[in-house]
Amino acid sequence: MNAFFQHFSFEFRTGVRNRNLLLLNYLFPLGFYLMMGFIMVEINPMFQKDLIPAMVVFAVLAATLLGIPDPLVTARENGIFRSYKINGIPAFSILIIPALTTILHLIIVTAIIVISAPLLFDAPIPVNWAYFTMTFFALAFACSGIAILIGVISASSRVTVLYSQLIFLPSMLLGGLMLPFSLLPTAAAQAAQLFPATHAMNAFRGLVMGSGADFNVWLSITILTVSGFLSYGLALYLFSWDRHNAARRAHPAVALLVLLPYFAGIVLTLL
Amino acid sequence: MAEPIITVQNFSKSYGDFVAVEDISFSVQRGEIFGLLGPNGAGKTSTLETLEGLRESNGGSLSVADIDPSREPGKLRNVIGVQLQSSGLPETITPDEAMKLFCAYHNVGPRFDLLERLGLQDKRNTQFVELSTGQQRRLALALAVAHDPPVLFLDEPTAGLDVPSRVELHGMMRELQTAGTTTILATHDMAEAEELSDRVAILLNGKIVSIGTPLEITSKGAGLTKVSVRVVNSTLDDPNLRFPAVNQQTFKEEYHIYFTTDVGPTVSAIIKHIETHEDKLIDLRVQRPSLEDRFLELTNVGGDR
Repeated sequence: MNAFFQHFSFEFRTGVRNRNLLLLNYLFPLGFYLMMGFIMVEINPMFQKDLIPAMVVFAVLAATLLGIPDPLVTARENGIFRSYKINGIPAFSILIIPALTTILHLIIVTAIIVISAPLLFDAPIPVNWAYFTMTFFALAFACSGIAILIGVISASSRVTVLYSQLIFLPSMLLGGLMLPFSLLPTAAAQAAQLFPATHAMNAFRGLVMGSGADFNVWLSITILTVSGFLSYGLALYLFSWDRHNAARRAHPAVALLVLLPYFAGIVLTLL
Repeated sequence: MAEPIITVQNFSKSYGDFVAVEDISFSVQRGEIFGLLGPNGAGKTSTLETLEGLRESNGGSLSVADIDPSREPGKLRNVIGVQLQSSGLPETITPDEAMKLFCAYHNVGPRFDLLERLGLQDKRNTQFVELSTGQQRRLALALAVAHDPPVLFLDEPTAGLDVPSRVELHGMMRELQTAGTTTILATHDMAEAEELSDRVAILLNGKIVSIGTPLEITSKGAGLTKVSVRVVNSTLDDPNLRFPAVNQQTFKEEYHIYFTTDVGPTVSAIIKHIETHEDKLIDLRVQRPSLEDRFLELTNVGGDR
């Protein structure tokens, strides 16, 4: 327990101490939130009711997808995992603790957004806090799982950026953060359901904000949760200790299995 | 003779078609400092990393304190300490945090005294990336020994260290040896290996080409012993003067220098010549071929002849 605490404590401090992580955990999400609050609400008053969920989803995407993978790749390439292995630090801790500390940073950022948005931008607050908490954790679980999976399968930092952006950018465009899901063309709406942000926004709207869901909210929560379990499991399965040990349990393409619940979701909404 | 704590029998390691280590065997006694020498690509790192449980062997058997490194990695962690060549710590971690973290995973209390001992007392809250190379190496050593492991693997431990740190580290290694710690030392520094190691093995192209005490290894070589003599008068100035077993001779900075294959007869004859000619000896130095000379000889010819 002491080992877990020491490791967690160090990783949490790293989230503030490391300039890149400080940027992705706090400065980028909060800066974007303020910009959207001041500009977007003026341009599109309809956005006001989505401000809190959209900015919480954005914070989760930035801190997890952009923040988690690269330190994992860098640590593996620099021999830090080898050093950890020699000293008995298990793969489980190496993967889970950075995800947990990122979620803790996200809780702080989310609290700042939720408290300040009604005061600064007159944004409506969630009508159901229990569902808000549940949706937040389901999204954080799914995104952090995908993020550590990207970190595990990426061969270099450059590849990490590519994989992360493959999810981050479409999530921003199609995930319902900027543009309501209902306004998307059919094909784009189906593609949007491949991303956790879409399901989180759907659940936030339907369960938390009382503004009506675009499709089954419980399907969204289930997809996020299953995706989380699947990606954490795959990350542990595909984990390798160092770049010299090329032998993995399976080809990195196995990571694509994480898309299964999202495809299943598309099929189920079509039925 | 103490019992072996590390045994390597017919160990082989390949990467695809490339054979890094081929059928090597050696053992290390409890409390011994054992040097593993060899040029880059000789198989040192593959051997060390397999003993440390970081790699799987392709053949043979290995045992560290009665533990098979590949089968019982969990048990191995508590009996070995490893200072990796690359220090392998996160950039933002401080020495204090690293000590707490690693000791917590080894289930022992943090050994901050080691940080002080290794001159890191003023850097305990400095991030790893801001430490000098020498400080990073010293921190890695402190972490490697913090849980009092009976077996210590040191990979280039003094690379980048200044002279006082190097002396401190050598002193620490001897103290650990006195306390019963077994050390495997992989180094390119032949003087360090010769000074510290009880025995050394020289690896070349994945095979052990020589093994024994530094003295045994150097004595097997064909290297010439250098005898340097300085006298008051000009007794030794005659260019036609010849002493037994001397192959070459030269004069440099007031010293007559003789390279001999048999130091005994050469020195006796020089002293007798000086006495006979009523000259006076100021200085006489005998330098045996070093481990480095022998290493270069072995790596040039490919093994003991």
